[in-house]
Amino acid sequence: MADLNETSAGAGLLPLSIGRFTVEERLPGALTSLTAFDADAMGAALKKAHGIAWPAPNRSNGKAQTRCIWFGHREVLLIGPAPEPSLGKHGAVVDVTDGWAVVQLQGAGAEEVLARLVPVNLSAAMFKRGHSARTLLGHMNAAITRLGPDAFEILVFRSMATTLVHDLKRAMESVTARG
Amino acid sequence: MRIECPLCGARDRREFYYQGAALTRPAPDAGEAAWDDYMHLRDNPAGETRDLWQHEGGCGAWLVVTRDTVSHVITDVVLAADAKGAGA
Repeated sequence: MADLNETSAGAGLLPLSIGRFTVEERLPGALTSLTAFDADAMGAALKKAHGIAWPAPNRSNGKAQTRCIWFGHREVLLIGPAPEPSLGKHGAVVDVTDGWAVVQLQGAGAEEVLARLVPVNLSAAMFKRGHSARTLLGHMNAAITRLGPDAFEILVFRSMATTLVHDLKRAMESVTARG
Repeated sequence: MRIECPLCGARDRREFYYQGAALTRPAPDAGEAAWDDYMHLRDNPAGETRDLWQHEGGCGAWLVVTRDTVSHVITDVVLAADAKGAGA
């Protein structure tokens, strides 16, 4: 039988550093899609099981090891722990850990890089720490969350990791060239 | 053109996919004429129209958008899940 090695989505692609910007892969643990029959009921179960509130649209909740980002209508993404089985009574609980590439873009004025790729205003005035958006990055569906003044977390489908790094690289080079 | 997604807020049109008219699905026994109308016969109004759009580049929700084909004004956007008679 073949000996299979586990490989992360960013293996061989990241880290990447251009000018004042860096892109690193994040390996935050399990990614679980929670889609609720009733968001209030599943939100209460989530609070009880993981001590974290169901995020409002365009928002994220939680601390370093256990986070939750809004992912769509009645859907959130639990990041970090394996989900408690009790959540399964309230909706679909799907392990999508291997389905997404998770990267962190860091550097002063990182929103200038994303401004070249994303049709949403991600400036600090409009898009604060903890704000999260399902939107496009280039032609890819993405989930973008602000982690800090100069840091964003970006999720795209794992199969598109190479395109994500390529698009970010071009945008980082372009912003860096302008000084 | 921007569409105000009830969940995500105002977003660029490139995030949305257009499906077609938001129609009320006839009852299964409504008869051939009603189903022929539902399947094939479309108005082409110069004025207000109700369409189904999907926010595919964002939250994925289906929306019923009321817009004017002459002035391009969008007057109303609701989740298809909340709209009556928008059965796709």
